Amino acid sequence: MTTTTAPPAGAQTGTPQPGTSQPDSPRRRGKRSPGEGRMAAMLLSPTLLVLALVIVYPLLSAVHQSLFRAESGLDADGFVSDVESFVGLANYADLFVGESGRRFLNAFANTTFFTVTTVFLETVLGLCLALAMNRAFRGRSFLRASILVPWAVPTAVSGLLWRWIFQSDGIANTMLGSEILWTAEGNASKVAVIIAEVWKTAPFIGLLVLAGMQVIPGEVYEAARIDGAGWWRQLGSITLPLVKPTLLVAVLFRMLDALRMFDLPFVLIGPGKESVETLSMLAWDESNQLRYGSASAFAVMLFLYVAVVAIVFVKVLGADVTGAKELKLLSKKTARKNRLAAQAASNAEQTDLANSQQKKAEATR
Amino acid sequence: MTISDLRNAAADSGAPDAPKASAAVVPGSSKTGKPKAKRTWRSYSVYAGLALIFAYCLAPFYWMLVSSLRRTADIFDNTLLPAPFSLENYAKVFDGSTMFGQALLNSLIVAGTTTTFALVLGVFAAYAISRLNFRFKSRILGVIIATSMFPGISVVVPLLRLFTDIGWINTYQAMIVPNLSFAIPLAVWNLTTFMKALPFDLEEAAMIDGCTKWQAFRRVLLPLAAPGVFTTAILTFIHSWNEFIIALSMINDPKIQTATVAISKFTGATEFQAPFGEQMAAGVIVTVPLVIMVLVFQRRIVEGLTAGASK
Amino acid sequence: MRQRRRTWQTLLATTASLTVAAVALTGCGGTSTDAQSAPKAAAASFEGKGPINYVSNRDASGAANKTIEEWNAAHPEEKVTFIELPDSADQQRQQLIQNAQIKSDTFSVLNLDVVWTSEFAANKWILPLPADAVPTDKMIPATVNAATYRDTLVGAPYYTDGALFYFRSDLLKAAGIAAPPKTWDEMKTACKTILALPEAAGMSCYTGQFDKNEALTVNFSEAVASAGGSIVDADGKPTVNTPEAKAGLNLLVDGFKDGTFPSDAITYLEEQGRRAFQDGKLVFMRNWPFLHASLSATDGSSKVAGKFDITSIPGTDGPGVSTLGGRSLAISPFTPNKATALEFVKFFTSEEQAQKRLALSSRAPVYASLFEDPAVVAKRPFFPTLLTSLNNAQPRPKVVQYGATTKAIQEEAYAAITGKKDTDTALNDMQAKLTELSK
Repeated sequence: MTTTTAPPAGAQTGTPQPGTSQPDSPRRRGKRSPGEGRMAAMLLSPTLLVLALVIVYPLLSAVHQSLFRAESGLDADGFVSDVESFVGLANYADLFVGESGRRFLNAFANTTFFTVTTVFLETVLGLCLALAMNRAFRGRSFLRASILVPWAVPTAVSGLLWRWIFQSDGIANTMLGSEILWTAEGNASKVAVIIAEVWKTAPFIGLLVLAGMQVIPGEVYEAARIDGAGWWRQLGSITLPLVKPTLLVAVLFRMLDALRMFDLPFVLIGPGKESVETLSMLAWDESNQLRYGSASAFAVMLFLYVAVVAIVFVKVLGADVTGAKELKLLSKKTARKNRLAAQAASNAEQTDLANSQQKKAEATR
Repeated sequence: MTISDLRNAAADSGAPDAPKASAAVVPGSSKTGKPKAKRTWRSYSVYAGLALIFAYCLAPFYWMLVSSLRRTADIFDNTLLPAPFSLENYAKVFDGSTMFGQALLNSLIVAGTTTTFALVLGVFAAYAISRLNFRFKSRILGVIIATSMFPGISVVVPLLRLFTDIGWINTYQAMIVPNLSFAIPLAVWNLTTFMKALPFDLEEAAMIDGCTKWQAFRRVLLPLAAPGVFTTAILTFIHSWNEFIIALSMINDPKIQTATVAISKFTGATEFQAPFGEQMAAGVIVTVPLVIMVLVFQRRIVEGLTAGASK
Repeated sequence: MRQRRRTWQTLLATTASLTVAAVALTGCGGTSTDAQSAPKAAAASFEGKGPINYVSNRDASGAANKTIEEWNAAHPEEKVTFIELPDSADQQRQQLIQNAQIKSDTFSVLNLDVVWTSEFAANKWILPLPADAVPTDKMIPATVNAATYRDTLVGAPYYTDGALFYFRSDLLKAAGIAAPPKTWDEMKTACKTILALPEAAGMSCYTGQFDKNEALTVNFSEAVASAGGSIVDADGKPTVNTPEAKAGLNLLVDGFKDGTFPSDAITYLEEQGRRAFQDGKLVFMRNWPFLHASLSATDGSSKVAGKFDITSIPGTDGPGVSTLGGRSLAISPFTPNKATALEFVKFFTSEEQAQKRLALSSRAPVYASLFEDPAVVAKRPFFPTLLTSLNNAQPRPKVVQYGATTKAIQEEAYAAITGKKDTDTALNDMQAKLTELSK
């Protein structure tokens, strides 16, 4: 019985665990059999093939394009020259100087600002949504349905909807009794984008985290309850640590998406408005003006920025996001250490338990 | 430790509605032994919080619904109920010239296929990463997620060139394959965390009981990962259901176009008038069945997966 | 920790190797180092018959579809398929350019906005038309001019559009003003009298379209032209640092400053303006002809039915100058069936078909004679005024880099009317940007 309730990953955070799994099962010693490698290659190759087809070619073509620039000016007959010359990294260098440098920095700041604010709010709200959905109460399926709705509305349509809501004589101003020009340049437009974006994507985090909560065995909570842990303590020491891997994946994917944000500010506020211009919009704008070299340079820069953010995120917050960690790293030594720690923890638990039972007994008296 | 134990465990933690798991997080449930007064105050605030969540999620959608039920002439009204009530916009959406019914079917085909492929490939890959021992594991995970880092709008022109060269224009795969580039990384990463969360001992116990590796995977691991699989399915399905720019660029035959593309082609009476009412009606039409479908399938799919454990 | 570093290194290494690979692959991934292809201006020959595709946004009135049906009935071997594009002009242009870039033969006949003409012609994405392709002498000159690139006709004018000045005739009458204002000063004076009337309580004087959008370029161009200036001269050199251009932009800047425009007009496009006028919140408005019908609606949706009239937009010293909207048809050089495409374009833009379409569509034809047909005028009372406006109309800047040009105009004009920059700075910056673009 003990093994069925063994802790999900992330349990190394010191959570009280009923029944620690045996760490020295043969596979965990990091022995590598050639059969497994072959099988892994078989299982992974279709995935890598599809991704290569869809992403590698466009990426290579963008990097290549970013090193070229069309000759400016028209020929004698008024035609655009179709010769492109190799300019090395000049398109990249130009991103940082003069007017385009200012726009780049502005878009960079906007992108970062939107990512930080929306992902933070989405995480908080998504957690609340997940906790709410995970509760047993009447009308729960209705709650789930309503939480799905924002994510299910197509982005283009939701952009239009919010534009409608935020227009100068729209329902937002009517209800607030205000005359805020949400869709004009200015901070109000930033707020509008954040509200709409959080509305749309908090369910993404909510649903993923909910799934993470559903695999937490009930026994863990029971044990904690017997232990006298209240709701907040259960949340802090069981729920959160145990959903952490899922939450981190959800946040990571949201971050990658938010950094590439395009449709929503484009439809809601409109192209070319500096208050909400993101790097993706800038790349679009450049290619819309047929400057494919610098458009590609923007796209590649954005790619690098997203990659750096992802690397830092994975590095700082969760090596366990990659899931590969303890398979390889759990050497015998650490395993023994863990076992000792687990024993200590369960001892402490028992003491706790005894204490709390004593307290309960006193309370009933 | 027997298979039936495993089954119970799967049923307990696998089904999202399993009362055991959910009851555990009910604040102020009697077992916590909180004083009564505090409990009522708390449950009030909890219900207030829930109401707020409902409102935030549904109020904009309500506005979409109301706007879709107005006549074109009163589309700018700010009344909370449409007056007069009109189905004009819904009639226009389905008036035949837009082929919206066909477009919905196409969306279903594209999103359904994308989801299926993403899940199958994702489950395989996640199993390999979480369960097998081989080199370059983190490198592969890195490459997989790197594909989610390139701005979507920059992918369009190269892909258009590629698909034109290989004759994929006006085919379903021209939409499905690019959609997979979002769906697969999410599926792989998410399912990897789920599978990793499940202890090895489960399968080992199953294999001691005589299951093959495949059976152990199919009957033990997969059912336990069901909530993760199902959630990934919802998210990827909806994501590809809503995809627009690729579908717009690769498809010019109205018989194959998807619903979002069909919506973008709605026109107002003149080029300056946005067909807002119709767009909102179409938004309602693509959203509501989706939500209902998810709710209906939710229980079924999860039950189906966990039922596999008892065979 | 080792593991983390490994992940990190992996990502870096992946990125680096991709970059290297891309450089190594130079010549196979990118677009056009191939300088061959593309027919010379005069050499275009129209050969090849067979099915073609007509690419356009949907015509809600169904008039265009009727024309195509008629063609298809008569030409079963050279059928035309209508490929519909999105409603948004930006998205239409993007689709057209994408397909031209990869030289796809899917799009045969293109429906182009007048402002895209130069760009498509200069990039050789459309073919020059034979001189006798369309009866240009019967068409409104401005529409032919808009479809011409460097003295070569590259598009067949399809329909056109010009600005109208809507005014509340009932309020003018109540205030004892005999004729609608012809200049901005007259308009402001009239507003003072009218807004003092009790029935005009809470109203604003005037609006155009001022959201940062193509519509702002239109309104800015009209303001500048109405003040006697221009955005580019005949040689394509920018001229927005002139006193006339300054006077033009100041009309808009002052309009916001002194409250002649409602403050939320900064978010207005055509529809918001229509709504404000229709709800009786405005005395004057610059807008397109399309909303004449909805303003005149007697089903209760319009509060101004029968209470408004139209004239030409005001200028500084006399009637103002409208910009030109509208569309023309052009032929893609990548279609194999060019002979069919040319015949179809001739058929589609013929006077006969234009007249037939008038029965369904409210779009203004390019044939001057149709504006004076009494039967037509009875149905569309604004046609004579519109013809005056069109005869006087100026195209928006005819430049190859129109996308960048309109963006620069919007950027600076918007900065000026929102008070972020003063008029001089904005115009000097605009001049600098446009000069850079016209090089």
